[in-house]
Amino acid sequence: MNTEQTPHDVPTTAQLVESVREWLQNDVLTSTTGRVQFHSRVAINVLAMVERELAVGARQSIDHVRRLSELGVASDAELAAGIRSGAFDDRIDDVVAAVRSSVVDKLSVANPTYMRPDDQSP
Amino acid sequence: MSSHSDPIGDLAAAISRVLEGRTITELTRLSGGASRETWRFGADGEPLIIQRQRSGDTRDMEVEASVLRAAAVAGVPVPRLVASGRFDEGARYIIQSWVEGETIARKILRDDVYASARRSLVGQFATALAAVHSIPIDDVAGLPATDQMAQYRQSLDDLNAQLDQAHPAFELAFRWLEGNRPASARRTVVHGDFRLGNVMVGPDGLRAVLDWELAHIGDPMEDLGWLCVRAWRFGSERPVAGLGAREALLTGYEAASGSPADPDALRWWEVLGTLKWGIMCMLQASAHLLGFSRSHELAAIGRRVCENEYDIMLALEGRWSTLGVA
Repeated sequence: MNTEQTPHDVPTTAQLVESVREWLQNDVLTSTTGRVQFHSRVAINVLAMVERELAVGARQSIDHVRRLSELGVASDAELAAGIRSGAFDDRIDDVVAAVRSSVVDKLSVANPTYMRPDDQSP
Repeated sequence: MSSHSDPIGDLAAAISRVLEGRTITELTRLSGGASRETWRFGADGEPLIIQRQRSGDTRDMEVEASVLRAAAVAGVPVPRLVASGRFDEGARYIIQSWVEGETIARKILRDDVYASARRSLVGQFATALAAVHSIPIDDVAGLPATDQMAQYRQSLDDLNAQLDQAHPAFELAFRWLEGNRPASARRTVVHGDFRLGNVMVGPDGLRAVLDWELAHIGDPMEDLGWLCVRAWRFGSERPVAGLGAREALLTGYEAASGSPADPDALRWWEVLGTLKWGIMCMLQASAHLLGFSRSHELAAIGRRVCENEYDIMLALEGRWSTLGVA
């Protein structure tokens, strides 16, 4: 449940996106063919991705900042530069674990079923 | 410039001229990529295809035609080269025989009619690749010989800068690739995009190797590794093109080529191939983000980059201790 204060009424952002996704699924997909139907399917997938990010994005940001700070960096750019220069070679297991967690977070929003079952959130 | 506007009629007339006046019928567009378009047609009733280059494509199609010719001589199953050259209006073209069959990966991997083909394709791929790699380099002048890792290092740097992105997972992959590069390699013709989607398959198996526009000179293991990239399994669990085991590919390739095929080299090229596909996904998303081609489909591909990061993490699980020892 989102505890942040906002001036907006319902529907929430997530509910608005959900309503458009449902319209695409129930009306547009069934009344189109070929290229437009394919692009409707893509649009449904995109909106579903946005819904997942709205649900877990804030939590993921907190986790991401924590993972970076545990490695002594402030951003993915700093982490990437450190890996490239070899600065992390002696802590590689920590870095790999952190990067892997970030990738799993990204995929759990982008395409959860792409992952092995043990990496998917319950 | 002609005053009327009949692009299909003009193309048919241009084709007829280069085919010595044969009658062109049923000229139908099959696909139009960014760099070239493909049409099917009949010439005095014989089914043929033509690929016509667009102005933005700087590659020399004559080089591709010479590769096709050399591939046929080397015993690679390829469509017959009928004609190639340059139209009066300037566009380069290649005309080839039409080969009947299926290119769509998901059909080849799932439809009953290809059940028997699925059992023989890995062996046929191994044999075909061995034949590709037997083409004498001197027979195909003009192929690029760019170092693949250096090329994609540059692409990633450019895209990261353009999109204000950083990819720690890709940096880990580059670090591992630097430290684990296979020692010595043969230098051969490499197809460059050998996978389901770019081969014509019938119920009897492999019929033709298509799409030679990324051919270059390099390490032959690049073709085998690319065939194992997870994206080219199209949802199947089997590592080689979604069809079979790496051991079957390596054994078949060694038997057909007479050259050793090292599983560590295969993995190295599979990791570079996965990285390369991830960078190509970034490139597609950039076409939308930078405004060249606004499209939610291209935009969505930007969020598929992490699929390749995940695949790299899986491929290198337990292998990170060999990092950066170059």
